[in-house]
Order: sequence, then structure tokens, then C-alpha cells
Amino acid sequence: MSIFDYFRTAKKDTASIAKERLQIIVAHERSQRNQPDYLPKLQQELIAVIRKYIDIDQDQVDIQLDQNDDCSVLELNITLPELHERH
Amino acid sequence: MAKIIVVTSGKGGVGKTTTSAAISSGLALRGHKTVVIDFDIGLRNLDIIMNCERRVVYDFVNVINKEARLNQALIKDKRADNLYILPASQTRDKDALSKEGVEQVLEELAKDGFEYIICDSPAGIEHGAFMALYFADMAIVVANPEVSSVRDSDRILGILQSKSRRAEQGERVEEYLLITRYSPERVAKGEMLGVGDVEEILATKLLGVIPESESVLKASNQGIPVIHDQESNAGKAYSDAVSRLLGDNVEHRFVTIQNKGLLQRLFGRSA
Ligand SMILES: Nc1ncnc2c1ncn2[C@@H]1O[C@H](COP(=O)(O)OP(=O)(O)O)[C@@H](O)[C@H]1O
Ligand SMILES: [Mg+2]
Repeated sequence: MSIFDYFRTAKKDTASIAKERLQIIVAHERSQRNQPDYLPKLQQELIAVIRKYIDIDQDQVDIQLDQNDDCSVLELNITLPELHERH
Repeated sequence: MAKIIVVTSGKGGVGKTTTSAAISSGLALRGHKTVVIDFDIGLRNLDIIMNCERRVVYDFVNVINKEARLNQALIKDKRADNLYILPASQTRDKDALSKEGVEQVLEELAKDGFEYIICDSPAGIEHGAFMALYFADMAIVVANPEVSSVRDSDRILGILQSKSRRAEQGERVEEYLLITRYSPERVAKGEMLGVGDVEEILATKLLGVIPESESVLKASNQGIPVIHDQESNAGKAYSDAVSRLLGDNVEHRFVTIQNKGLLQRLFGRSA
């Protein structure tokens, strides 16, 4: 088997890649869809506060509002950078 | 009662106008009094596809602004007896469509006995696209089998479900998915999303699959909606979609690779 054959079989066809990307994009957008308008701003301000202490990127903060039957839960997920990068 | 159907997509260039022309012609050919409205203010091209561009005197915005009566602006189609076209204006600003104005025109059309009102939406999710979908009872969401188009279709579905008049009244717009420019050959090669993939992601009832077809350009060159070309696969597929719209249970064609006939193979031509 030549090296070219190897790449050909190892590579996923582009339609499957498209489908996987779409599933992720669509799931993400749907989860944001019925969120209140203040959420993006809240996220910005939270990031600003966190950055005072930890060096993080925009995409390391995920904020979500989940509606349950009788209450809403504001969920905040922050992925911290590698330990040695911390201030 | 008139049924208002929006043909929408979010993304531009996916086949909304082609579809609006085909579906409205198809409904009219089956005896239903139908009007097709171009909501693409400033970029009208439905009149070109329907070959009535030289008969446009007044347009949708003139009617809304009471500069013309509705029956002065409606253009009778020369091919299908029961079909009328309400053209978009060419130059005015796109905010010319007010909600009240659009509603009045739709109500008058319903009073005039139109059974189907087809709204050809502009691209995007801005004012014009919103006006086209706001009053809809039914939506035909046109998607091409590619990532950005399917993503935009999902957004439009979200808007239909939250911002349309029906949604505001706690009802649902009846949603259908129409996949256009489909190429079973490319799907088989793993180069294009399949019907099942798109259906699964959008979770919406499939109205039809229109194959990528040279006959669409030929039809638009001549200003004849492609549904009149019943030799072509695209024309047949649009006919099937009209049948499903009217409640018939028709099997989907042109979704798998077709065996070419001997003559076609010899001359290497495809439909
Ligand atoms: N099934 C098809 N096969 C081939 N070309 C198509 C098909 N459907 C649409 N097209 C072409 O795609 C282009 C955009 O179509 P159009 O209906 O104007 O899209 P939209 O109204 O969504 O912008 C046109 O050039 C049209 O001829
Ligand atoms: Mg168009």
C-alpha cells in the first residue's frame, strides 16, 4: 500500500465532515436561540471580571440558561488554561 | 380561505425564486387561483423568471402606498390561467414594506378569492425576509445540501417558530423542507450531504428533492417556470412537490442515481 492509498482511506469523506460540523453548529445555535437578550452582554462582563485574575479566551467561557419547570438555572462553564499558564 | 405560503431560506441563491415560480405555476395549472408575490424589494427577479418584466406597470409598494389599486398591479400569467404575479418594486428602499401594508394587501387578495398566496422571500433574516414570512400559514424552507445553507435554514425555522404571527398566537406555521440542487452522484461519492442527513438535522417534513438540472437555467433563460418542462427531472420533481402540497402521497424520485438510457449513454447527455 502506497502512502497515497493510506491517506485516501484514512480521510473521511467530506460529506460526513459536513454533517458532523452541522450537527455541532445547529445544536449550539439552538441552545442560544431562546436565551434572553442580556445574556451575551452578561457573558462579556463576566469575561472581563475573570480576566482580572486568569488569562482566558472568549471561547473558554460558556454561559447557558436552562429553563426547568419551576426555576431557571444559569450555568457558567469556564475552561481554565493549563496550570503553568496561570498568573 | 386563502393559504399563505412563504418560500424562504435565509441564504441567497439557493432556489427560492425558481421554487416560487414553479410551485405557484403548478398550483395554478391544477386549477387553484394563485398569486405569487415578490418580496425582494430592490432586487426583483421573479418577473424575469415568469417572463412578465415588460408588463410591470405598478408594483407591491405602489399598492401598499395606495398609489395604485391591487388589480392594476397584478399581472396575469400568460401560461397558467389562474395565476397572477405581484411584482416587487425596483428602486425603493426596502423598509417600504410595512406590516400593516402587507397585511392589507394579503387580506384583499384573500377577499378576491385567491386560494394560494405564495410569498417569494428575499435572502437574509432582515426586514424583507421577516415581512415575507410573518403572515405565513405554511413555509417552504429551501435548502441546498451544504453546510451554510442548512445552517441558515435552521435559523429561519427558529424565526418561524418564534417570531411569525402564528407563533405569536401560540400556533405553528406548517413547515416543509425542500432540498434543491441535489446531485445523487455526488452524494454517492461522499461529496455532498444526503437527503437523510439534511432531514435528520433539520427535523422537518420533506416536501421534495429537486435535482441539480441544466433545465433550470434553460427555463430561466426563456422566462418559463421549469415546472412547464415536464421532460426535465427538475420539472417533474416540482410537480411531485405540488402534489404533496395538495395532500397526495407521492414517492420521492431523483434521490438515487438513475441508470442512464442507452441513447443518453451513447451521447453522454444528461437530462
Ligand atoms: N435545481 C436546480 N438546478 C440547477 N440550477 C438551479 C436549480 N435551482 C436553482 N438554480 C439556479 O440557482 C440560481 C439561484 O436561483 P434562485 O431561484 O434565483 O435563488 P434565490 O431566489 O434563492 O436567490 C439561479 O441561477 C438558478 O438558475
Ligand atoms: Mg430570489
